Amino acid sequence: MKLAILSDIHSNLEALQACLAHAKAQGAEQFAFAGDLVGYGADPVACIEIVSGLVRQGALAVQGNHDAAAVSGLCETMEFNARESIYWTRAQLGPAERQFLQDLPLFAQQEDIFLVHACAESPELWTYITGPRQAGRCMQAAQARLTFSGHVHQPTVYFNLQQGRGRPQVFYPTPGVALPLLSNRQWLAIVGSVGQPRDGNPAASYAICDRRQNTLTYFRIPYDRAKAAQKVLAAGLPPSLAKRLERGH
Amino acid sequence: MQTDKLPQVGTEIDGFQLLEKIHEGGMAAIYRVAKAGIDLPLIMKVPKLGFGNHPACYVGFDVEQMIMEKLTGPHVPAFVAKGDMAEQPYLVIEYIDGPSLHDYLDRGPASIEQIALWGKALADALHDLHRQNVVHLDIKPANVLFRPDGTAVIIDFGLARHAHLPDLIEETFHKPVGTSAYISPEQILSIRCDPRSDIFALGVILYQLATGRLPFGAPTSLSGFRKRLYLEPTPPHAIRADIPPWLQEVILHCLEVRADARYASAAQVAFDLVHHEQVALTARAHRLNKAGLLTIIRRWYKTWSFAAKPCPEPSQHLSSAPHILVALDIPNADEKLLQALRELVRRAVAADAHCRITCCTVEAPSILTEEDQTHELANSLHTQRLIEMRHWAQALALRAEQIRFQVLDGSDTAQALLDFARTHHVDQIIIGARGSSVMRRILGSVSTKVAAGALCNVTVVRVPQAQAN
Repeated sequence: MKLAILSDIHSNLEALQACLAHAKAQGAEQFAFAGDLVGYGADPVACIEIVSGLVRQGALAVQGNHDAAAVSGLCETMEFNARESIYWTRAQLGPAERQFLQDLPLFAQQEDIFLVHACAESPELWTYITGPRQAGRCMQAAQARLTFSGHVHQPTVYFNLQQGRGRPQVFYPTPGVALPLLSNRQWLAIVGSVGQPRDGNPAASYAICDRRQNTLTYFRIPYDRAKAAQKVLAAGLPPSLAKRLERGH
Repeated sequence: MQTDKLPQVGTEIDGFQLLEKIHEGGMAAIYRVAKAGIDLPLIMKVPKLGFGNHPACYVGFDVEQMIMEKLTGPHVPAFVAKGDMAEQPYLVIEYIDGPSLHDYLDRGPASIEQIALWGKALADALHDLHRQNVVHLDIKPANVLFRPDGTAVIIDFGLARHAHLPDLIEETFHKPVGTSAYISPEQILSIRCDPRSDIFALGVILYQLATGRLPFGAPTSLSGFRKRLYLEPTPPHAIRADIPPWLQEVILHCLEVRADARYASAAQVAFDLVHHEQVALTARAHRLNKAGLLTIIRRWYKTWSFAAKPCPEPSQHLSSAPHILVALDIPNADEKLLQALRELVRRAVAADAHCRITCCTVEAPSILTEEDQTHELANSLHTQRLIEMRHWAQALALRAEQIRFQVLDGSDTAQALLDFARTHHVDQIIIGARGSSVMRRILGSVSTKVAAGALCNVTVVRVPQAQAN
């Protein structure tokens, strides 16, 4: 069984469609969404429609900070572009979409998998995992062999000896190369961003976990960036968000 | 989860029948196994995992499992199956029965020709590993086995590094690991990504085969290891008088302290070992003494500023050191075509500074029947072809170690070129198209056949023609 893990879609319909089509061609049968379906991009409703359809068929999905901000609360702490796009997104969502985002859990567990948007230790604080120390705390809190997350838009793998002994090591995966998820270790995989890559590579990022082979493979998927960027401009969202899609950082 | 009990002979694991225990060491046991439907002779490696064992005890097993699964080809044992750590960890691979280089060493001094053949076989195998993005980092005679046809097979990937997989060894040990006699200077500084580390170990093995001694002994302390950063080995010729300058050149070139100063690829070592008449001899070839005290002190001082540089992936490194074969047919080519070929080679050299150019021409066997006369004539023809090629290459002004010249014998030009390219790990063939359509009609196109049959890139060079009406 192959599980595709997608995160930080950020209302980018073109990127989402390209990744899902690629995942299906790879034989993915199950899907997990690690949060931030909306924000930044121009297609929140269409993206929610696709994801909620898959969730009805059994896909896992958790809430991200942009999803939470789009339905309630203040977003004054967010930077200007993020805030502007949240205000815009709020105006687009209907009651059904709002309800879907509202109902998303902060984390999900299935067998030996823990799915969370930011960090398993206090998911509601949206802590960025930027190094082995935070990664170690996250793995310890998750108490799972495999933790999948997003939030940090850089595809990164951390791994640790079992029971959180020692300091986690960081590893930057090569797209297309299957990484064996050795079962005597704990793994934390940040799958990168589908809809708003920020590591200098503008192609969409997601990963497939092959449960039978016990491997994880990252992919970088090119998609119609020009179209997505055009929609961002047409919607009246901050132009720098469109440029960011082109540049990938 | 894990037990320290090893499986019993006669039992079965995942369909593999345990036939016989052939080895039991501190870390693992090895069994001969068989499974219905698999024709290969097989072994199963089972790690010893017990209560209280440090994870370091099985990290080597993890590494070997991960890497063996990715490797293919005749120079590694075929990967068959693996068992999960959580249940019964094991690794099933092809059993290689052949003698190891270690067995050969035990037999005493070998002839220079034999050393060159073993060295070439090992260099071929290393090049294949590096192409697959793996650096072995523990090359030693016991880890080199031979198939009946002389192909070298490299085993024991417990300390190896795959450029696209996490480095569990670095994670676990935080100190240099390897076999003290063969470990390279950069490994001592904990740099674990450079394919030229394996070329250093190849140099140690060649030195050992040639002289019966280890160039740096087998130190046990870190300060002992560090000595190879500033102390050079006794030149092999000073130990064994019949070691020719070319072999000393090859060995000491492999053993250079700085990886940049060593051969850029194992394929280049392989080539030099079988075409020794073409090895570009430097001061290394004739050295008889070690360096003086002052030089050593200077070198020792420099070791403290020896800094780790980021390594490119092995396959990327190799692509900066391509072996380019230039097929020349000087007597039948016009000057414009020769000029066009030269231009292309000039650009290739400018693009990849570590590249190696081999100029090749194919000579058909002579039809004369008188034996002596044929031999003499063939020799002088060979010489003439070599002279022509050297003349052609002169304008390129390449360094001696960058270029080689080869006259191949064969009645089928394309086949001779293809065979050479395969044997010598050629990455690109540059060949001129025959200009005259009459010639092409009668003889067929060599370049077409080469382009169709080659396993590497082929560039066919043409002289721009005026368009026909």
